[in-house]
Amino acid sequence: MNAGWPCPGPGGPTEELAVTFDRQRRHRLLIVPPLFDEMNRTRRFLIETMRRLDIVGVDSVLPDLPGCNESVQAFEAQSLYSWRKAMAQAAAHFRASHVLAVRGGALVFPNALPGWVLEPVKGASLLRQMLRARTLAGREAGLAESSAELLEIGREEGLDLAGYRLGAALVAGLESAMPLDEGQREIRQSDLGGGALWLRAEPGEDPGQANALAAIIAEGIAA
Amino acid sequence: MGNDTGLTLRTILRDVLSLSEERAAALDAETGLFGAMPELDSMAVAGLLTEIEDRFDIIIEDDEVDGEMLETFGALLTFVDGKRGA
Repeated sequence: MNAGWPCPGPGGPTEELAVTFDRQRRHRLLIVPPLFDEMNRTRRFLIETMRRLDIVGVDSVLPDLPGCNESVQAFEAQSLYSWRKAMAQAAAHFRASHVLAVRGGALVFPNALPGWVLEPVKGASLLRQMLRARTLAGREAGLAESSAELLEIGREEGLDLAGYRLGAALVAGLESAMPLDEGQREIRQSDLGGGALWLRAEPGEDPGQANALAAIIAEGIAA
Repeated sequence: MGNDTGLTLRTILRDVLSLSEERAAALDAETGLFGAMPELDSMAVAGLLTEIEDRFDIIIEDDEVDGEMLETFGALLTFVDGKRGA
């Protein structure tokens, strides 16, 4: 269920992990996870979706983005470019036939593959939310930091946001990054029913949403 | 207008805080939010405000966010209604 794959890194390739449901079948879905904390909040949901796809005959793989989850690479060294390169490499290594990019995953997924984007989000929106969390926490601690000032520092030196040390390249990249989807089908939260799992303050899962997402993908792949 | 805003705001809080339908429906003007609900830490508040911006198509500036506006459901509703009217 866990497989290693060679991921490009600044000091040469590293072995990174992916969760896989792999029976060498014809249809193979690469899942590009959301970024930052949204990855943790959606992980159980995505793995539940993978279980359902396995049952209906679709292989799937959920790789770690380098610097995230079990990765041996440093988070601070990452940029949207390094994540794009890594996900393209994962697609080739696992011979993905289709792709599902979730939320911020849409900023870094290999968009030559057919597939889906689930509620894609602009980089600026992710950045804005993390900056806001930091200014709110700062205010409680009696610090007067503004989002604009923090952003200025972040572009030059990098920045600690939401428990992650973002390098300057990642901050600058997020500011202008738009979802990369080109012809992939967009799935909205309303297609899945229920509230968005990445919004939840506490991570959770929802079998109904996993069923709905797996059904959309299975139907699209078979078509 | 107020009614419509209230419904959407309830849905957003339900999603962010994983409230049951009953608890979401029971939110009233006096229900305490920031400081009263332990799930509402700074990350959750940031998520909540971003979602409010997206769904109502408004922009909330840094300096508009304070403890008072987030203190109760009623205060937050008044704030959002004000932004929508502006």
